[in-house]
Amino acid sequence: MAFKPEHEIYKRRFGRNLGLGLVLVAFVFLVFGLTVVKVTQVGQVQGFDHVVRPELVPVEAEEGVSE
Amino acid sequence: MTDTHVYAPTGDAGFGDYVALLKPRVMSLVVFTALVGLLVAPVGVHPFVGMAAILFIALGAGASGALNMWWDADIDAVMRRTRNRPVPAGKVSPGEALGFGLALSGISVVMLALATNLFAAGLLAFTIFFYAVVYSMWLKRLTPQNIVIGGAAGAFPPMIGWAVATGGVSVESVLMFAIIFMWTPPHFWALALFMKEDYHKAGVPMLTVTHGRKATRAHILIYTILLMPVAVGAGFTAIGGVFYTAVAVVLNLMFLAGAIRIWRRDEAVAEADGYAVEKKVFRFSLYYLFLHFGAFLGQAVLASYGLGGW
Repeated sequence: MAFKPEHEIYKRRFGRNLGLGLVLVAFVFLVFGLTVVKVTQVGQVQGFDHVVRPELVPVEAEEGVSE
Repeated sequence: MTDTHVYAPTGDAGFGDYVALLKPRVMSLVVFTALVGLLVAPVGVHPFVGMAAILFIALGAGASGALNMWWDADIDAVMRRTRNRPVPAGKVSPGEALGFGLALSGISVVMLALATNLFAAGLLAFTIFFYAVVYSMWLKRLTPQNIVIGGAAGAFPPMIGWAVATGGVSVESVLMFAIIFMWTPPHFWALALFMKEDYHKAGVPMLTVTHGRKATRAHILIYTILLMPVAVGAGFTAIGGVFYTAVAVVLNLMFLAGAIRIWRRDEAVAEADGYAVEKKVFRFSLYYLFLHFGAFLGQAVLASYGLGGW
């Protein structure tokens, strides 16, 4: 049984969908890359774990207490 | 303004039709000048952030192009140069072009703000507004000075690139803006001289239509003379140097010679040789801008080796 030849419009739609898909994938990688760069540029980050650590206390606050 | 009944889409648009809405050729100039603005700035940017910023600036420029095509579909349909654009050709509906332009405008501005700083993003938003609203909707059909004021939209990209790196404006970025701003009128009027039927048929009040071709030739010369001190003067700022100034002097003398030749010709002579000089000057004007910004870049490379400064 012979299939009907595919209309040109389906090829065009596929091309459009493929293009959009690739653009979206590229956008995801772009945002991921920006996130990595932004996070690594912040410098050293310490998580708060409910334990008082002197190195996390701001210097200004220390000066205020001593006065 | 766009009439949805006239430009009914004939079928599904391909991916390339949406790319064409972004005016890729204009975008290439935007990418280059914005990149130069970013690279010659005195503050360094992470390469990935810089690349993303250029991408979002290009996307914003493309978005304003799509908005321009939505609004100007009626003019584009009349002019031979533009009648195959996606909206007048019926490949993309005007509503789609509008939605596409608005969505990309929002995405590009927000992403530029997140990737870099609010000032650069604000400048990009203003550029899109200026091109789509001030130039396309307001000035283009109102005044023969449309090109002069509208040229500002194309002049902002190096300023945005500079703002991405520095977060502000300085005399150097304003001069890069001024070079493109002053270059746009002679560039487009040279084009209008040999594309005369197009603008006349479309009813766009180009200087050639409203003030005549003799006045247009004089305007080309006047703006070229005004452009010279701006372009050469940039050589004496922090982004300039011996190399840039030498390139700028040569290019400006060549551009001036071309403008004088255009000014001295009349229509009979131009018709006789098929507007050879006007076409030559128009082509040269493209190289003129490209080489100026290339010279800024070359100067920055030399400066990084401690060469070419004053």
